[in-house]
Amino acid sequence: MRNGAILLAAFLGLAAGDDELGRALARIRAVEREGAGNGEATGAWKTVVARGPEAMLPALAAFDGAGPRAANWLRAAVDAIGEKALAAKRPLDAKGLEAFVADRGHDGAARRLAYDWLLRLDPSAPDRLLPGMLDDPGRELRRDAVARAVEAAQKRLKDGDKAAAADAFRKIFACAREPDQVNAIAKTLKDLGFGVDLRAHYGFIDRWLLVASFDNVGMKGFDVAYAPEKELDPKAPPAGKDGQPARIVEHTTADPHGVVDLNVVLGKEKGSIAYALASVESPSGGPVELRVATNNAVKVFLNGELGFFRNEYHHGMKMDQYVLRGALRKGRNDVLLKICQNEQKEDWAQKWSFQARLCDGLGGAIPFKVVTEPAPK
Amino acid sequence: MILPALALATLAQAQDWPQFRGPGGRGISAEAELPVEWGKDKGLRWTADLPGRGLSSPIVAGGRVFVTACTGPSQERLHVLAFDAKTGAELWRRTFAATGSTQCNNKTSMAAPTPAADARAVFALFATGDLAALGHDGDLLWYRSLVGDYPTIGNNVGMAASPVLAGDALLVAMENVGDSFVAGIDARTGTNLWKRERLQKINWCTPFVARNDGRTEALFQSPNEITAFDPATGSRLWSFSGGFATIPSPVAGDGLVLATGGTLTALRPGREQAEKAWAEKALGTATPSPTLHEGRLYVVNSAGVVICADASTGEERWRARSKGPHSASPVIAAGRIYVLSDAGETTVIKLGDEPETLAVNVLEGPMMASPAVSGGALFLRSDKRLYCIGR
Repeated sequence: MRNGAILLAAFLGLAAGDDELGRALARIRAVEREGAGNGEATGAWKTVVARGPEAMLPALAAFDGAGPRAANWLRAAVDAIGEKALAAKRPLDAKGLEAFVADRGHDGAARRLAYDWLLRLDPSAPDRLLPGMLDDPGRELRRDAVARAVEAAQKRLKDGDKAAAADAFRKIFACAREPDQVNAIAKTLKDLGFGVDLRAHYGFIDRWLLVASFDNVGMKGFDVAYAPEKELDPKAPPAGKDGQPARIVEHTTADPHGVVDLNVVLGKEKGSIAYALASVESPSGGPVELRVATNNAVKVFLNGELGFFRNEYHHGMKMDQYVLRGALRKGRNDVLLKICQNEQKEDWAQKWSFQARLCDGLGGAIPFKVVTEPAPK
Repeated sequence: MILPALALATLAQAQDWPQFRGPGGRGISAEAELPVEWGKDKGLRWTADLPGRGLSSPIVAGGRVFVTACTGPSQERLHVLAFDAKTGAELWRRTFAATGSTQCNNKTSMAAPTPAADARAVFALFATGDLAALGHDGDLLWYRSLVGDYPTIGNNVGMAASPVLAGDALLVAMENVGDSFVAGIDARTGTNLWKRERLQKINWCTPFVARNDGRTEALFQSPNEITAFDPATGSRLWSFSGGFATIPSPVAGDGLVLATGGTLTALRPGREQAEKAWAEKALGTATPSPTLHEGRLYVVNSAGVVICADASTGEERWRARSKGPHSASPVIAAGRIYVLSDAGETTVIKLGDEPETLAVNVLEGPMMASPAVSGGALFLRSDKRLYCIGR
């Protein structure tokens, strides 16, 4: 622990010899699953908070590389330090906070937390910071920057400067990543006469090979590994439901959000499973988020590995509902979805659809090309 | 004889309302003086703005009111707030980032489970599976990301079961379509005392802590059964199979466990099994939990009818109306039942051999959190505001 603490202290920029704070932050960062390390972290948390404002920036820096669990311990410490300092009228380091916010090398959530505290000290900070954050790597800061830029563009529109507003909206659209913001900007641009390609912006996969159907009567098919989960030869349709050969259908969706409605493409079926296969070519490989949404029970495979499953039906479909974090290989990669329909009869339980996209951690499309093989004639 | 386990604590800390449905979990307060009438500009001791949405009830412990709320475009910021119960002054606020999914039905939110408190700490669970123990002064004592621990926890409509305390065991019900379980978590350290698998079905029922035949039992109501566990070890003590609702909590007292659903079933538990005492379809409810008080059972059904029945037989005594729908469970105090509707209307009914509606009080809704009672005041919360109603 001691060596780790010294390394962390150096990493956090703590004053030489400030082992106590470094050790305390290292203990907080060491919390593990099922409460392992909680006992040590409780004492360490008190130590960090007791150090007052001088510990605020090191605690924020300790977010870097910490997982979500440790980050929440650190978040509570930062808030407690700030709250107690304000109550005691002790000064907080506004300049240090601003420098921290501006440093894109730090964790995005920590920078946003620093920004929140900076706002309490200096309400004019957004005027200085947000205009330069449209391409920020932090999700929340970029969201704020986009919101502010949209406000300014709307004012231009209201003032009658349509060309300047459209130009501004196009620039903001390129930077926007949050679906509610992206969709709102796209609508404004459409109203102004400028179309945008939402599928490309989000990175939705639009061309699929659909293989259907397989038995899901009694919802028992979810745990059955049908042929497409093992190996799929598009030229030789596997046996499907009721012993009939499965259909292999190539489908390109025109939906702006990449939604594939299986009830339309394959016909309405109950107690059935469809597989959706897409092959994509990645120019460089690397980390990826495969984000899927569906009303139906689903399994998600990336390059033959099961990465996510959810055995839940008809409780809503929301973009980016399920996120599989993985990596693409350079060259060809296979995305396989298993979309299960049950036998519920209610009107609200009839949907059989999905959407899937490939993006980075911020939700921006990554470069890829769909190379799904055509269905056999 | 089955008794609420926290009955003694109720006597010792009569002012506190430390968990979902108060001391003992039955929605009963020993307060003798409570307001009957109030409104937007009448009868309010104080109000306080809340930062965001929540269906969780306020709780009161040690002179402080604790409330949870959530904010952010996806409800991803989770707040625990402490207010001075006398003045409404905000004392502290801690915020956590959601580590689990924030997808839910529009009616609910990530701040759905009601926190629980003891003399040392307040325990706040969110629908995202984020669970924090905070000292009454806001110090973080421990934190768990239950979805971080058990990543297949899943539910697209939102989790809502509240944690409750049984001694040093914090009872948590995370019943869902993925890693579905109930657990006893050490309130002092946040580590698991025990964890038991449950049916992979979504369930929102808050556990109930009861005394039965000299021992403490943790009762969990699921769609297919009522199960009694030893809260300290997780040993299964008895179970009763049947069809039960997935939202309201069971309630126990007078030697019975009362569990609602399409039919309200009264069980007589023994040490190893429970037998059915009686069942009454007319007393079935879908959302508000039943209340048991002085040998009488009170339910609020989906039609907005408040029904009083004899707890030992299920025989109906009277009916009264309260305009619904109702998500909050009623509370009984000062000889009255307070029935809060989603719209923020509280119907106050005097209890007796015949009901007497004393007042219908309106505050701005929606209000889906059950009221808290402490210090001669009622505490209600909406998505926007916390109300302390009293002189």
